[in-house]
Parts: sequence; structure tokens; C-alpha cells
Amino acid sequence: MDKRRIIGLAGVGTLAGAFSGLFGVGGGTVIVPMLIALYHYGDRLATGTSLAAIIVIAILAAAMHGGIYGNVDLETGLILVGPAIIGVVAGTAIQQRIPEKTVSFLFALLLIGVAIEMVVG
Amino acid sequence: MDIAIACAICLMGGIVAGLIGVGGGIVFVPAMTLVLSKGQVEAEATSLMMIALVSVVGAWRQYGYGNVNMRDAVVIGLLSPVGVLVGVVVANSVPERTLRIGFAMLALYMAWRLLRRVFGNDPHDPAEPGTEPLADPGPDPPKGAGPEPLTGSGPAR
Repeated sequence: MDKRRIIGLAGVGTLAGAFSGLFGVGGGTVIVPMLIALYHYGDRLATGTSLAAIIVIAILAAAMHGGIYGNVDLETGLILVGPAIIGVVAGTAIQQRIPEKTVSFLFALLLIGVAIEMVVG
Repeated sequence: MDIAIACAICLMGGIVAGLIGVGGGIVFVPAMTLVLSKGQVEAEATSLMMIALVSVVGAWRQYGYGNVNMRDAVVIGLLSPVGVLVGVVVANSVPERTLRIGFAMLALYMAWRLLRRVFGNDPHDPAEPGTEPLADPGPDPPKGAGPEPLTGSGPAR
């Protein structure tokens, strides 16, 4: 991997982390469109790579929130994460069966919704 | 009853996470604040814990489908904490309203780029003739073949 690519990806990670820290949004909101728009990733490859990168971001942020500030409601989280995990398995399976550009379209809708929420919320 | 509704909403959040590669927090947080009456900070922190678990399972599934560029994911993931620190500094020096509008503009720009790609007008779209080929890993690996390591098969630059 060349230096320019590492620096560019570091920029994506830094931006994702910054927005995650600033707004509590998942890094995926930043990572997926950047990988697609700037690095010409295919839609599925971008979403899969985003999920893998988010692991690190979420673990660190949750550990800080839980370990340092005690903000994590472990019991509620463990109850709700069961259906969420079933959902993510279903979501990834559905994703393999729909046209790739549909993923981009859905993501664009999400971004427009997030933008509206940021301004009027 | 409330917890059942929250579970149903989180199921939907998981599907969204799997479909478009986000953590799902955009759905988990309102499920906890609106349905379970949790505070915003507690909901966000609990959501992050859930995202950590959901993204592990989601990434594992996508890896099995051949949709993870592990090398790029590691670079992005490992360097994101730098961004968290930057975010904290920025959050303390720039008015929140300015930040929100800035992020909204970035989100709209990215949405525009994606929509151009969807409707085939993006000159950078590698699917368009005369541009770079997509470095997508191609068709799913045959069942039972197991995930292929993708460290050498990143997309075209």
C-alpha cells in the first residue's frame, strides 16, 4: 500500500472518528460514501469494509463511555442487541440479492435524511 | 411492551446496518430515547456498545461474502481514534450550529455524488465506459469455499 493511499485512508478514518465523536453518528455515515466516491469502491465492498472499520471505532468509544463515564446501560444493550444482530445477518443477506446501485441509492436517502435532521433537529 | 417495540425497532436497525454498512446507531438511539425514555447520552453510549457487537457480526458476514478489504478497514479503523480526539477539540472551539450545518453540507455533497453514480452521470464512476474497472471482488465465493483473504485485492485507485 503506497503512502498516498495510507494518508488518504487515514483522512477517512480521522473524519469518521471526528464525526462519530462530534455527533454520535456511526462512522459508516462518513466511511461508505467516501470509499465509493473517492476510492471508487463497489457498493458492497464499501459497506463490508465500513462495518469492519466501525468495529474499532465503536469498541473504543463504547469503552470510553462505559469504562470512564459509566454511561452504558449493559442490561438494555444486551437485550436489544439480540434482534439487532439477527437484523444485520438478514440485512447483509438481502444486500447480496439486490442490485449494487440500490445500496448507493438507499445510502443517499439516508444521507439526505441525516442532513435534514442536522439542520432542523 | 415497550421493550418489545424497542426490540422490533432494533431488528430494523440491524437490517439497515447490514444493507448499507452503517453501525445502526441512527436507529438504536431513537429506539432507546423515544420508546424506553433513556437519556440521550446513555442511549448513545449503549448504542455504541450495540454497534460494536453488530459490526463484528456484520463484518464477519460480509467477509464471508467477499466484501471486505481488510487492509483498508484496519487503516481506517486504527486511525479513527485520532479523529475522535480532533472531534472533541473542534467541538469545544466551534459553535454546534456551525458544525451541524457543516456536516449537513458534507452529507448532501456525498448524497449528490452517490445519486450521480446511481443515475450514471458520474464521470468517476468506474462502471462507466472509459474509466477504471471496478475492483469489486466479483461474484460471491462458492458456498463452502470459505472467505477469501482480500488483503491484496483492494479497489483501483
